[in-house]
Amino acid sequence: MTPVAPTFFFYLLSTVAVVGAILVITRKNPVHSALSLIFTLLALAGLYLMLYAPFVAGVQIILYAGGIMVLFLFVIMLVNIERSQREVQFNQQWHVGIIASLALGFLFLYVYKHGSSIFPVNPVSMPEPMNTQQVGMALFRNYLLPFEIASLLLLVAIVGAVVMAKKRI
Amino acid sequence: MSGNLSVGWFVLISVIKILIAVPILLGIVAYTVWLERKLVGHIQNRWGPSRVGPFGLLQPIADGLKLFFKEDLTPPYVHKALYLLAPILSLTLALTSIAVIPVGGWVTIRGARIPLQITDVNVALLIILGITSMGVYGVALAGWSSNSKYSLLGSLRASAQMVSYEVALGLSLVGVLILSGTFSLRGIVEHQLGGFWNWNIFGGGQIVAFFIYLCAAYAETNRIPFDLPEAETELVAGYHTEYSSMKFAMFFMSEYANMVTVACLASVLFLGGWSGPLFGPPVLQALLPVFWFFLRVLFFLFLYIWVRGTLPRFRYDQLMAFSWKFLLPLAIANVIITSLVVALRS
Repeated sequence: MTPVAPTFFFYLLSTVAVVGAILVITRKNPVHSALSLIFTLLALAGLYLMLYAPFVAGVQIILYAGGIMVLFLFVIMLVNIERSQREVQFNQQWHVGIIASLALGFLFLYVYKHGSSIFPVNPVSMPEPMNTQQVGMALFRNYLLPFEIASLLLLVAIVGAVVMAKKRI
Repeated sequence: MSGNLSVGWFVLISVIKILIAVPILLGIVAYTVWLERKLVGHIQNRWGPSRVGPFGLLQPIADGLKLFFKEDLTPPYVHKALYLLAPILSLTLALTSIAVIPVGGWVTIRGARIPLQITDVNVALLIILGITSMGVYGVALAGWSSNSKYSLLGSLRASAQMVSYEVALGLSLVGVLILSGTFSLRGIVEHQLGGFWNWNIFGGGQIVAFFIYLCAAYAETNRIPFDLPEAETELVAGYHTEYSSMKFAMFFMSEYANMVTVACLASVLFLGGWSGPLFGPPVLQALLPVFWFFLRVLFFLFLYIWVRGTLPRFRYDQLMAFSWKFLLPLAIANVIITSLVVALRS
């Protein structure tokens, strides 16, 4: 499968994603953090496009970058920024953090070295117009149960949010 | 699409198309403002602009000059970077979405078939939805970075409203997608060619979806009766209270550019795009579809202004209830019925 764009774009988008992700945790102003997260999500959408998945890329932008992050920003805009900027940004749990990131790093390394048997050698290339149909087929034929479980989970979350938000139902 | 074109030619043709389309869009934006002032004037028994040029036709140019030469004021208490970014973001996104709108069929120049559209992509509808959903940030950031109560309240209202109505808007399009089976706007129009009985609004039975789309689109573009984000009696001017000169003009232009995009999308999705009678020599045959398309867009812009001159503003709780308790169930019912009909027919 030939890539849809030169490798340069992969590195560019990856850099944007990683730098954005780092800025999310290092910025003191929560609005700036949220904006960095939007850039990360958009860069991920670009990476999906490079993998011949325009539908996933579109949904990534509409739902995550355009929907969920707006609600994040919505809440953050009501927060008192001056007070949050005076608070301590990093806590003291270095040891746990180092152990967790090392474990994750070793997992990545292991998959990278020995994981070639997990991934298909020649990924099935999909004709672009059929991509959305293929996603639908996969969801409703092969993965119907996980799909329904996920939607049930979301329903429970919605009901829970309503219960928490309303004092009297 | 570019099967018989080299990359260089493809880029050149795209640049030419952009250079034609964007000035036309900006021209339409300027003259929609003129049309609005004129029509609302007549609806309210006034003349509207009548001094600058015949019928006030040069008024947009005078307005533009005025906005260019006004003092560009940046209040000292704003968050500078985001305050600058917000109007740029709004206008850029508003102008970007025109790239995937098809305004006509194909033209053949020296054996190369060129679509009358800046770029013909397979997921055009998703791109437009993505761009409009990103457009919320322009409004949200403008309100927050202005660091003023009116702006913040306006932008909170705007983002809540836009997120709510986006759900109904997206679902109202699903019926059309089921009927045509593609995300490509060109494909959707080509599915409706051959007479008005093939249009999605009549032949596809999408008249309910059309109504939902119109309501949601008016809310998305912050127009009366959904213009609470900039309700001047309560919020001064909403999210752009602290903006002046060209920065204000950029918000203004992006609002009207969004109106044009919404009108284009409504024509493409429900009213058969550029379909219409073709006759005459080849040049006329190539250009007539564009004319039919612009006629539809003009109709929608007129409708926008007509509604503005007629309806009062919603109350905020009515606005939210209308979206979540009326439009959303209606849109879901429309999706279910349309898919049932399509499934039973095949």
